[in-house]
Amino acid sequence: MTGQAKAGRPFKLFRNLNSKIASIPMILTAMVIFLGGTIWTVVYSFTNSKLLPRLNFVGIEQYQRLWAAPRWVVSIENLAIYGILSLIFSLVIGFMLAALMDQKIRFENTFRTIFLYPFALSFIVTGLVWQWILNPEFGVQAVVRSLGWTSFSFDPLYTSEIVIYGVLIAALWQGTGLVMCLMLAGLRGIDEDIWKASRVDGIPMWRTYLFVIIPMMRPVFITTLVIIASGIVKVYDLVVAQTSGGPGIASEVPAKYVYDYMFQAQNLGQGFAASTMMLVTVAIIIIPWAYLEFGGGRKRG
Amino acid sequence: MALKAVNGGDIPFEKSTVSGPAGPKPRPMVSARNIIVYGTLFVAAVYYLIPLYVMVVTSLKGMPEIRLGNIFAPPMEITFEPWVKAWATACTGLNCDGLSRGFWNSVRITVPSVVVSIAIASVNGYALANWRFKGSEFFFSVLIIGAFIPYQVMIYPIVIILREIGIYGSLTGLIIVHSIFGMPILTLLFRNYFVSLPEELFKAARVDGAGFWQIFLQIMLPMSLPIFVVAMILQVTGIWNDFLFGVVFTRPDTYPMTVQLNNIVNSVQGVKEYNVNMAATILTGLVPLVVYFVSGRLFVRGIAAGAVKG
Repeated sequence: MTGQAKAGRPFKLFRNLNSKIASIPMILTAMVIFLGGTIWTVVYSFTNSKLLPRLNFVGIEQYQRLWAAPRWVVSIENLAIYGILSLIFSLVIGFMLAALMDQKIRFENTFRTIFLYPFALSFIVTGLVWQWILNPEFGVQAVVRSLGWTSFSFDPLYTSEIVIYGVLIAALWQGTGLVMCLMLAGLRGIDEDIWKASRVDGIPMWRTYLFVIIPMMRPVFITTLVIIASGIVKVYDLVVAQTSGGPGIASEVPAKYVYDYMFQAQNLGQGFAASTMMLVTVAIIIIPWAYLEFGGGRKRG
Repeated sequence: MALKAVNGGDIPFEKSTVSGPAGPKPRPMVSARNIIVYGTLFVAAVYYLIPLYVMVVTSLKGMPEIRLGNIFAPPMEITFEPWVKAWATACTGLNCDGLSRGFWNSVRITVPSVVVSIAIASVNGYALANWRFKGSEFFFSVLIIGAFIPYQVMIYPIVIILREIGIYGSLTGLIIVHSIFGMPILTLLFRNYFVSLPEELFKAARVDGAGFWQIFLQIMLPMSLPIFVVAMILQVTGIWNDFLFGVVFTRPDTYPMTVQLNNIVNSVQGVKEYNVNMAATILTGLVPLVVYFVSGRLFVRGIAAGAVKG
């Protein structure tokens, strides 16, 4: 559609004018919000803005202060633990559920509905439900104790060392259904003949999965990985609802640090520096992926 | 449950190996393999259902019963009082009119946000698919990359922009924000859909002298119902469940339901009324759950469509 009607128009700008007018919201969003907003935040992360953003540059002072703050360091540690474990567990559980669902079972719809419904719920709802189930006075711990095992202790949300695992339980409950769904779609895309061939060769099922099917599902795995990973960096609501960052600062996460410094502590510079670090984290995840996906001249399958 | 009918609880008649070739031979319903498959799925299903069960059960109990028993015990006396209280009289901050205020705020946020974001994204997708201009693909790339940037990076500049326009704290501002952040995925969705439509239709309409809007309204739209439904499901659940934008871009009297719910449950003062909290939690989750249960397959397709980025 481009390139036609070259002659007879006064300005190039007016060619395809309606389309350009219709794209104004997209252009504004892309350039002003996504590009402009990001640059703005990065620039102001080098200032000492407090209550209001000010262009008073102080170099990397905000970053030095950030990395000297115990709360930020705890946030990063939590994000690392939570991130690595939730990647591993959601991929493993999601794939295993999908593999089971792919065995031509009955009630497939029922099972899929059950596994996926938590995904329809917000992180706030998820966090509050699991806060209640993990409540030591009434929840799992109380139930096991009432069965006679009185020394049983399971109160992750009230113990600093393991609180992040309590958050992880809730996150997995909410998110594995989605992974299962994507994996199932991937498994369904694999040719029946592969299975027949591996049966003829007498290869055990688990080996077929591990060495044939999973490598074939590489694109699905990568897509899933990117979705989970970019969700992990943003994790905020779940922690707010489930623990409010506590006990103490034991379950703080970077997204919460950013929010608290921007909107509560009125220390914008810190907030900008922390959010820039989040941006860097995402870039570290996304750039290798983008390179792998689009860099080698290989088409996505 | 129905599973028992399948497995029957009998000992399998024949030794079937877990990995055995199935071939054309009909599979026996009762076998070691089936017991493992259905058993595992059943255990997993129980794990996924427990929180829903606990929510419902807790919300139907009175406070004395909660203090006595455990959270898994069914209610001895069913009471709907917690539900009434959660909806109408629970306090969040200064207001004591329960979740009803947040519910209507969420409706007033979700409905226009969904309409506006889908309207913008569908036109964007159409322009990108059929009316490319110099730079359109570049803007689109920036948009898609932007989907991966953490919201926290862009929030403050948006606060400033909205404040300068004078709509910070209003529902209009939040609707704009939802439209902005819904744009990448929805535009991608619509673009891919419109690209997949036969090009002859578009060309024929062009020959007949139809323009940009005419082709969109009279040819593209009528053919795009499925993708609109998928986009709608994605947006309704996404916007209803949003918390971060709600808490940043609204004020207490315009808080959406999720923010209000968190304030009710995590308020520090007073006795914790767990039954009211759980009733409030269910009420907040009800809209996306209904959307999910009603739309079923479409929801799955919507997730897959929204998930396959890039």
